[in-house]
Amino acid sequence: MKLTTLLASAAVALGLAGGAYADGHEKTKVGFVFVGPIGDGGWTYEHNKGRLAVEEALGDAVETVYVENVAEGPDSERVMTQMALDGADLIFTTSFGYMDPTINIAAKFPDVKFEHATGYKRADNVSTYSARFYEGRAIQGHIAGKMTKSNIIGYIASYPIPEVIRGINAAYIHAAKVNPDVEFKIIWAYTWFDPAKEADAARALIEQGADVVLQHTDSTAPQAAAQEAGNVVTFGQASDMGQYAPFPRVSSIIDDWAPYYIARTKAVIDGTWESTDTWDGIGPGMVGIGEISDAVPADVKEEALAMKAAIADGSYHPFTGPLKKQDGSDWLADGEVADDGTLAGMNFYVEGLTGEIPQ
Amino acid sequence: MIWLEKRPQPSRFFAYVTPLLAVFATFLFGGLLFAALGKDPVQSIVTIFWEPLFGEFAFYYRPQLLIKGAPLVLIAIGLSLGFKAGVWNIGAEGQYIMGALFGAGMGLAFYPAESVLIFPAMVLAGAFGGWIWAMIPALLKVRFGTNEILVSLMLVYVAEQLLASMSLGLLKNPEGFGFPGSRNLQQYDSAHNAEIIAGSGMHWGVVAALIAVIFAYVLLTRHRLGFAVRVTGEAPRAARFAGVNPGRLVLFCLGTSGMLAGLAGLFEVAGPAGQVSIDFNVGYGFTAIIVAFLGRLHPVGIVLAGLLMALTYIGGDIAQSQLGLPAAAIQVFQGMLLFFLLALDLFTNYRLRFGRAETV
Repeated sequence: MKLTTLLASAAVALGLAGGAYADGHEKTKVGFVFVGPIGDGGWTYEHNKGRLAVEEALGDAVETVYVENVAEGPDSERVMTQMALDGADLIFTTSFGYMDPTINIAAKFPDVKFEHATGYKRADNVSTYSARFYEGRAIQGHIAGKMTKSNIIGYIASYPIPEVIRGINAAYIHAAKVNPDVEFKIIWAYTWFDPAKEADAARALIEQGADVVLQHTDSTAPQAAAQEAGNVVTFGQASDMGQYAPFPRVSSIIDDWAPYYIARTKAVIDGTWESTDTWDGIGPGMVGIGEISDAVPADVKEEALAMKAAIADGSYHPFTGPLKKQDGSDWLADGEVADDGTLAGMNFYVEGLTGEIPQ
Repeated sequence: MIWLEKRPQPSRFFAYVTPLLAVFATFLFGGLLFAALGKDPVQSIVTIFWEPLFGEFAFYYRPQLLIKGAPLVLIAIGLSLGFKAGVWNIGAEGQYIMGALFGAGMGLAFYPAESVLIFPAMVLAGAFGGWIWAMIPALLKVRFGTNEILVSLMLVYVAEQLLASMSLGLLKNPEGFGFPGSRNLQQYDSAHNAEIIAGSGMHWGVVAALIAVIFAYVLLTRHRLGFAVRVTGEAPRAARFAGVNPGRLVLFCLGTSGMLAGLAGLFEVAGPAGQVSIDFNVGYGFTAIIVAFLGRLHPVGIVLAGLLMALTYIGGDIAQSQLGLPAAAIQVFQGMLLFFLLALDLFTNYRLRFGRAETV
């Protein structure tokens, strides 16, 4: 596009896109684009905690800015451009839907570094990063399979993208392993954050007999719905959601972006930043397991922690064969471990799950 | 004692002055809100209203005003015709989605062929998509007397489900690694609603909005149909005596607003947004209702109101980033604008009286 050259040249002419210190500001400026409000208690809340950790760790060397509730699409392009124009050296865009906008804007500001969460498109100045949430899902599935009495586990899914499908599969495999009678009921909410929709989905699942509700959406509304029902187990998603502990929330998957954000900001300050693809799990600390509450029997807690340790040190992979796909065809042979490529593009259920992935 | 007295005639003076008063009151109370949040109120308001227009990077933000404002104006113009006649289309968001789906679908059906005819065909398809979606509440109202407010609103949620289904199925990018969302139309030259002059923000949607404004103005002031619209809203009985066919008027008002909303969706999906995705719609159809009323249902007023709303969005994001204002505070600020406008509207029809009421 011609606007590309116009904008880039305008920015260069103004001396704005000319590297970390070209416009004379002393601090390294780091921008964050958030898809939800920072008070969502889940996904965006944890990214914002990462931002605050950057400020705390690097102190006067950095300045951070953020814009919350940014719609995916043209609005996100404008916000990124605005941050770049205002002299940001590094911009984290923290939602899958920011993928094309990030690539577009990165092309216009070649000297600004971009980091896009959970996407797959990279460029010289665009890195991608994500966490192996499915490792946490495996542990969650294990506890869920042990805790359910009705053998019905509800699952509030967000969008049918590989990340979410991976989570469903990982949770189901490990729930079914300890409880072969377990059945998953899945509701697709088509949102990352919508307390009203999430609460409705949770209530619908509970009405269908689910006594464990897992969620891949970011608000605490399902926790509240479970609390209301009284006898339903939940897990914190993205954030600890500890205000619902010890029951209904019995554990949680916590995204810990702080170490990554600090490391990447440091790399920009030191001039060692390079475009990379990061996919870290429990081992490096990007995925954390929130405290397993006393509502979980001691032996189950012990097994869960043992699995966590095994995943962390690499001795166990949540997707280890023998595993079949939903249609009965073979996927992984006995002892075989899924490769990252298949996991990254996962678009099928494993054997035993019912229903279809929306197409 | 203070009391209200109905004016014998609505005050023309107040009809023009209340929008300005509302903006002023919003500045005042918005400033207080920002001060209560510990931010400099003057700096906050300057950042929201001045920065995008005359700040250092105005060269970037001014075109963005057009991009953000055009769909608002285009939809609001259509809605204002209906609102004037007492036909309440609340479902422009759904018609916007359908326009985008029909238009993008038309374009993607030809992929990867290149032809100058593809984009015009998409425009027609987009207009048709919005029109047909609005025809559902229109025909139901004319034939069965259903409430168009409910039907058009409910159809928004149907359209959203259809959008999700299309993003995951029929229109999904076959080269997208299984992720939802269509091909990016920005990378398909024949279907791309590119800027007419690069960097100006001037895409075909902006042109369409301007044409719609002129048409609406001429229609309302010079044309018999415009007279029918106005008289139906102001005096339905008189309209019937004047030979206005109410059913046909409902079809016209809903059809036109649906068509314009559909066009807005098409221009957005083929241009700034680029692709059909599950979260494609961001509420333009609902915000346009505010724009229509803020602009006093007058074509010129709607242009100004659309630009003002766009300004608060763009300036609001700048204020978030530069001053750390929370997004919710910006939304409250935008809400104040409508609240004060509607509240002050009272003075168009009533005046304040001090002293004793004459009748007890």
